Amino acid sequence: MKSLSAKWSRNWRVISAWMVLMLLLHAHAARAQDAPHPAIPDTLQQRIAACIACHGTHGEGTPESGFFPRLAGKPAGYLARQLKDFQDGLRKYGPMEYTVRQLSPAYMEEIAAYFAAQEVPYERSPVPDVSAETLQRGETLVTHGDAARQIPPCTACHGSQLTGVQPNIPGLVGLPYDYISSQLGSWRTKTRATVAPDCMADMANRLSDSDITAVSAWLASRTLPADMHAQAAGSVTPPLHCGVLGDKGDGA
Amino acid sequence: MKRIVIVVVLLLLAAGGWWLFRSESRPSAPTSASTVDAATLKDPALIAQGEYLATVGDCASCHTRQGGALYAGGRVLPTPFGNIPSPNITPDRDTGLGEWSFEDFWQALHSGKGRHGELLYPVFSYTSFTKVSRDDALAMFAYLQSLAPVHAPAQPATLSFPYSVRNSLKAWRALYFKEGEFQRDPSKSDAWNRGAYLVQGLGHCNECHAPRDSLGGQQGNASLAGGQIPSQNWYAPDLSTQTNGGLAGWSEQDIVDLLKTGQSARGTAFGPMAEVVARSTQHMHDDDLHAMATYLQSLPPRAASVSGKTQLDTRAIMQHGAKIYAERCADCHGKDGGGVAGVYPPLNGNSSVNEPTGINAMRVVLLGGFAPVTQGNPRPYSMPPFAQQLSDADVAAVVTYIRQSWSNTASVVLERDVVKYRHTPID
Repeated sequence: MKSLSAKWSRNWRVISAWMVLMLLLHAHAARAQDAPHPAIPDTLQQRIAACIACHGTHGEGTPESGFFPRLAGKPAGYLARQLKDFQDGLRKYGPMEYTVRQLSPAYMEEIAAYFAAQEVPYERSPVPDVSAETLQRGETLVTHGDAARQIPPCTACHGSQLTGVQPNIPGLVGLPYDYISSQLGSWRTKTRATVAPDCMADMANRLSDSDITAVSAWLASRTLPADMHAQAAGSVTPPLHCGVLGDKGDGA
Repeated sequence: MKRIVIVVVLLLLAAGGWWLFRSESRPSAPTSASTVDAATLKDPALIAQGEYLATVGDCASCHTRQGGALYAGGRVLPTPFGNIPSPNITPDRDTGLGEWSFEDFWQALHSGKGRHGELLYPVFSYTSFTKVSRDDALAMFAYLQSLAPVHAPAQPATLSFPYSVRNSLKAWRALYFKEGEFQRDPSKSDAWNRGAYLVQGLGHCNECHAPRDSLGGQQGNASLAGGQIPSQNWYAPDLSTQTNGGLAGWSEQDIVDLLKTGQSARGTAFGPMAEVVARSTQHMHDDDLHAMATYLQSLPPRAASVSGKTQLDTRAIMQHGAKIYAERCADCHGKDGGGVAGVYPPLNGNSSVNEPTGINAMRVVLLGGFAPVTQGNPRPYSMPPFAQQLSDADVAAVVTYIRQSWSNTASVVLERDVVKYRHTPID
């Protein structure tokens, strides 16, 4: 009799526990169904919906059009600098200036670090139909520069593989032709600028229109190196003194 | 007879013209003749007090160019009458207030007149600042004089005739400017009086939150009843918390929360107000914020607005809007428009959704953006911009839907309204 009662009691405990569990599950399901919206995750990704809408969840951008630039894997210092330049009106694009207007330096750095840490495969973008001669001219400018016109090679700052240098110099390969050529153009029209001395503005102004086409076409058509990560900090000695590099340039 | 009328009219015009355009300059007194001695202006306590007051007045917002040195001016302020760049108010001798005495500063703030007696354009809100006390003005002057001088020459204003003639402001001032410090109401509490002083004076809330007529003036007692900000194309909502008020149902704490953190249980600051919160109100002392809320809560109830019902058959628009809302908005703002506390603002009963013009809702849908970064909300959530994804018809439909769903009964928004606000405001 005693064992029967113990057994019953144990069974009862199991049954009641099961019933409570089912009730909880049911209530949870009902609440989830009735909830006007799912819980909002407390993640940076959720917080920066305004960025992701155009640049993609992982900063992949729109490689097919080149309109919204890829942010993934670009050096964090470079990305934070761009946000600050939009905020200060040095770099001009209404929607970006509006969006970053009230952000604090700390928040901009956090957002920059998020996109810098994203690993996204590079996609090839369409390259305009240019002559072999033009591509050759582009390669010469990128890899050797033009000393007569005081144009150093792009590789001098952007790294031997043109994948950029931590923490402030962006890569130039894996970018669409339209993006590269329009950025060089916007340095000339002063819709893209940065803290003085603005080396890239000087470079863009020393390039002719056909140089810009040649450089952009060669960079956009170049076979991507196996490792697309930016080179280690301090691995280049820039030949120019650039505001964005602080005192890193040697001012030559 | 006709000839006599013409002659009389011409004479009247000439007399009016002489009155308007005659110059009324006064020689500026040298700073050495000031009643305020140099030692007073160097008092650290006075300077600290002035820094706080300049923050409350958000002076830096207009007097700082995008990316420029604080208080060095150069921000171009757009008005329907032309663009007016703000002047440099650092103590630079050649381009700023370096040669100014306190009396010069007081005359600008209190009477809207420059150092040589020239009439100032009311884009400088002396219509509000005239209520500021002389003591507070002195503290702000001491603070501004303590800044490092920045050499930043003034840029010319680009005003069209007749606004380019400063003396045309005589007529404007006769219509709209009442000079005089704030007068306490002894029947009200200290908090109410402090709040009224801050809201009507230094805070110059009425400059945006009250309607303006075609001459850019505000008739009678500016009322905080809401108004469209000229040239900026945002709507600054009515601030009454009582029946039919723009902030109907807002508690004192809701107001304090919004001013301190940029968001409250009732809504989030964006557009020009985001800037006000980020630069100014988040830094205000709690007792001042509560005083402002106390005053705002005493604003009277408003008349019921004209019903949003129109002759239009809106069923198709509402259906289209509901579909977009479910796809794009409901995940964050909720099916019931209730938002998520501390994260996303409610749309149901939101003053910026329901304001009379629909401009704010249209612009927020198009532009998206972050809530202001404040100490209380250092990593705000944001809204995606939909300008690239939604057509004018889509935006009109979804905005109409949120303005007419749940408890909201605001007017319909049309496709042709959206077209007007598609551009992005920059500075």
